[in-house]
Amino acid sequence: MSGKEKKTVKTVIDGKEYAFPQGTTILEAAKSVGIEIPHFCYHPGLSIAGACRMCLVEIEKMPKLQISCHMTVDDGMVIHTNNERVKKARKAMLEFHLVNHPLDCPVCDQGGECNLQIYYMMHGNYISRLRENKVKKTKKAFQIGPHVMLDQERCVLCSRCVRFCQEISKSNELGIFQRGDREEIDVFPDMQLNSPYSANVVDICPVGALLDKDFRFKTRAWYLESADSICPRCSRGCNIEIHYNLNRPWKNEGRRLARLKPRCNLEVNDWWVCDEGRYSFKFIDDDNRIEGPLVRTDGKARNTGFKEALELAAESLRNSAASTDVEIAVLVSPRAANEELYLLKHVFSEQLPGTRLVFSSATPFEPTEDDILRKKDKNSNTRGAELMGLTPDSAQVWSLSELKDAVLAGEIGALYICYHDITGLPEEFSAGWAEALERIPLVVYQGTNTCPTSEKAQIIFPAAAFAEREGTVTNFEGRVQIQQKVFEPLSEALPGWQIIQSLGVALGGSYEYESAEEVFADLAKNEPAFAGLSYEKIGSGGFVAKDAKA
Amino acid sequence: MPQVKLISRFFEIENSHRLRVYEENGGYSAARKVVTENWEPDKIINTVKASNLRGLGGAGFPAGVKWGFVPKDHEGPKYLVVNADESEPGTFKDRHVMINAPHLLLEGVIIAALSIAAKDVYIYIRGEYWEAYHVLERAIKEAEKAGYLGKNIFGSGHSIKVHIHRGAGAYICGEETALLSSLEGFKGWPKLKPPFPAVKGLFSMPTIINNVETLSYVPIVIEKGPEYFAGLGVERSGGARLFGVSGHVNRPGVYELPLGTPMRELIHEHAGGIREGRSLKAVIPGGTSCPVLTAEEAEKVNLDFDSLAEIDSMLGSAGVIVMDETTDMVKVLCRICKFYSFESCGQCTPCREGTGWMARIMERIVSGNGHYQDLDDLLDIASMIGGNTICPLGDAAALPVTSFIKKFRDEFEAKASAGSITAASSRLSAEEL
Ligand SMILES: Cc1cc2nc3c(=O)[nH]c(=O)nc-3n(C[C@H](O)[C@H](O)[C@H](O)COP(=O)(O)O)c2cc1C
Ligand code: SF4
Ligand code: SF4
Ligand code: SF4
Ligand code: FES
Repeated sequence: MSGKEKKTVKTVIDGKEYAFPQGTTILEAAKSVGIEIPHFCYHPGLSIAGACRMCLVEIEKMPKLQISCHMTVDDGMVIHTNNERVKKARKAMLEFHLVNHPLDCPVCDQGGECNLQIYYMMHGNYISRLRENKVKKTKKAFQIGPHVMLDQERCVLCSRCVRFCQEISKSNELGIFQRGDREEIDVFPDMQLNSPYSANVVDICPVGALLDKDFRFKTRAWYLESADSICPRCSRGCNIEIHYNLNRPWKNEGRRLARLKPRCNLEVNDWWVCDEGRYSFKFIDDDNRIEGPLVRTDGKARNTGFKEALELAAESLRNSAASTDVEIAVLVSPRAANEELYLLKHVFSEQLPGTRLVFSSATPFEPTEDDILRKKDKNSNTRGAELMGLTPDSAQVWSLSELKDAVLAGEIGALYICYHDITGLPEEFSAGWAEALERIPLVVYQGTNTCPTSEKAQIIFPAAAFAEREGTVTNFEGRVQIQQKVFEPLSEALPGWQIIQSLGVALGGSYEYESAEEVFADLAKNEPAFAGLSYEKIGSGGFVAKDAKA
Repeated sequence: MPQVKLISRFFEIENSHRLRVYEENGGYSAARKVVTENWEPDKIINTVKASNLRGLGGAGFPAGVKWGFVPKDHEGPKYLVVNADESEPGTFKDRHVMINAPHLLLEGVIIAALSIAAKDVYIYIRGEYWEAYHVLERAIKEAEKAGYLGKNIFGSGHSIKVHIHRGAGAYICGEETALLSSLEGFKGWPKLKPPFPAVKGLFSMPTIINNVETLSYVPIVIEKGPEYFAGLGVERSGGARLFGVSGHVNRPGVYELPLGTPMRELIHEHAGGIREGRSLKAVIPGGTSCPVLTAEEAEKVNLDFDSLAEIDSMLGSAGVIVMDETTDMVKVLCRICKFYSFESCGQCTPCREGTGWMARIMERIVSGNGHYQDLDDLLDIASMIGGNTICPLGDAAALPVTSFIKKFRDEFEAKASAGSITAASSRLSAEEL
């Protein structure tokens, strides 16, 4: 808290007295003591519209009901959020919302997670007395941008989406046109809803008026389960929920992961994610996943099982290390979790001393950046690598171009590549690599998906994707955050730390970590920047590592 | 009570809209007095408070009290805004003032602006008021040329710049905060209160909004003294105002009367009585937003704020709509409902959805497909809108419904049950039946 502590006021809500900081809205105050007041237009991340009137409460000594999203608590205020008068008004407001609402629920993708449905069941439950025709609107199932579908009739005109485009993305594509019950949400003429944050409007739309084109009709919301994670797509590390479906494989085109949704973290991403991050998950269930350990001989890849592939890798690496003419290099990935980086560092220096570490934060993605969320560095864990001394800031660590020079000079006997698709990088990084890779006697690739680079490897290890393993990543500010394991790795894939550990064992070392959390415990002991951290301490909100000034 | 000729005297003077004529009739002496005698803002405010002058745009809030709400220690601009949007059905007094006495309004503007230290004044005029707009434009030029407006008014060092902004035809833009949104270049949507405009209004600065007629009385109050004005009409609710009478009377028009004048006198004497010798059926006393009165109530009530409040109606904008025995009350209410549904800004749910719902029910009833249950539904819908909206348009739409159905229930029942529609079959619309 800064110098000026906020005054607290004593307010009675539903018969109990509480103390709240002055200036708190009644709606937020009530929420903080476990009383939910229904609302459509209020969103904690947006300005107050006061439009839906669902949040009406009674305040003693005030003749009219008041909207709790706008009124703030005050000393001596006596508030009723659920008495007969309030309940009646709430039901009335709900009835108004439904006057012109279409009977679309059975075919509406919002079904099951629709506030209108939920509130109707909780606060409405009346028999319709509407005898009139509903007002028809123009656009139904209408695409208004690359990701968002609009249905004007389902819209409750809460203006959340409009305010989002004005206040958060500042792209101003949406407006409310016409007047009265003819009002319609739409994009301005000749505009598209195509800001880098466009799909957030889907999350905040309380009904099925704005839907995610990608997710629409893939599966019903109630078939989905949810787990917390961190977006892997840039160094912001936005907090997300992963929504997935395992029990009905015939849904969602057989994909397990159905969608990513932002998870509020006021220190990182507020309530939002960018579209690049939101749609960054497809690779997890793509057909080109590497499903088993492969050994390539005479151009033909063969699944040997882990045991054989690891032994072959260990033997080949040892042979290479025995040669005095060549070096072994490991291309470290800033997308690998801290646990994996930690083991990589230890296994190679302990089992194959003198191994050259190489680091690159290059990605095939455009280095988009803005002052909302997106960061230029499109890796989830560059900062983690940096804090462990795995980036070219440390003199022993090479850059990609230093590595290429060494390769072309014939100095590299073996290269262990983690995740990087070197040949798929932008020209400035990938130039000459297709040829260079051919010149390395042994290329081992560890990754999730087949790519031109993996095609050049003789040994390939299938790694679990971020949603298939537990692990931590460190965002650009040094905040260490947990990516939960959401579901099992595909086929024979293993978490990256486990592959490295097994390789270490195959190389003759003894590594016996049972879980990523155990690896992290050692990491916290041995890496000064992470001192004192534990999974428990990191929790769901993350924890900033020591000395992590950006 | 006889008519008073304070504002309305200019209605009878030829070319009263010209500065020369206005000055020949004593114009600008009040403003000159306030400026040259260097009145403190508080002195102006106290004088207006003492006069009992109330807001004549509809809400009736005491003008001086409102001016007193402007924070004195505010740094940065403050604004005075003239509400010349006059769109309440049955209301046409401001147009007469602007066309016949534009300088009277400007003189009031000068005094009000000085009382809150506003340097910029915006007149928000109804878009359809083409003539009044041009008359005002010319009057502003005349006043600027004479040194009464613009820089250094009356050589005092004060400056007041008056801007005119033409509305685009939305009734809601007469609601003061919607008016401000519109002036700011946004869609004409009312704003949440608090904050109130006197504290945070136009461009987030302290702003006073007054009706044309309210401001036009200010020079008269200064000139004749607050006691004189307060002494007109009834005690506590004193003063005078312009009544615009329309409907089934022999002499529709604008009549300036002391408050407390019996409505009977306005209708039967000043407005010449009901046309063609018919009898009175109902009166809407202050624009369609005000609850309707039965003939009996109208014959008894006096035209002042309190008397109308006592019978659960309002004086509103004093647009008196007189209806004779031939009037179909169901059709009138239908028309009113359609108006509010058309004009609802659509921002808040109860008004947006409720006004249209009521209008559609009323249209169905008028078309002969009503059902007895519709009347109770209408009353219920109106009660769900009333008091639960962002701005008073919601109440304005609900009050006529409640008062019409309650006071003329027989007529509504006869019409609603004439179609012998069952609850189930009445779900079809008029066209489908
Ligand atoms: C829907 C609605 C429409 C209104 N239209 C007008 C109008 O056209 N002219 C006006 O002076 N006041 C109108 N008002 C009242 C204004 O909001 C405001 O009270 C008035 O301009 C204040 O000025 P006064 O205090 O001088 O009356 C309207 C109010 C509502 C709710
Ligand atoms: S938006 Fe909600 S209430 Fe409307 S059709 Fe979709 S699920 Fe049903
Ligand atoms: S589209 Fe959704 S978010 Fe936008 S106003 Fe309508 S209901 Fe609200
Ligand atoms: S009450 Fe009607 S006019 Fe007023 S803000 Fe709400 S919708 Fe708009
Ligand atoms: S949540 Fe308060 S008015 Fe909509």
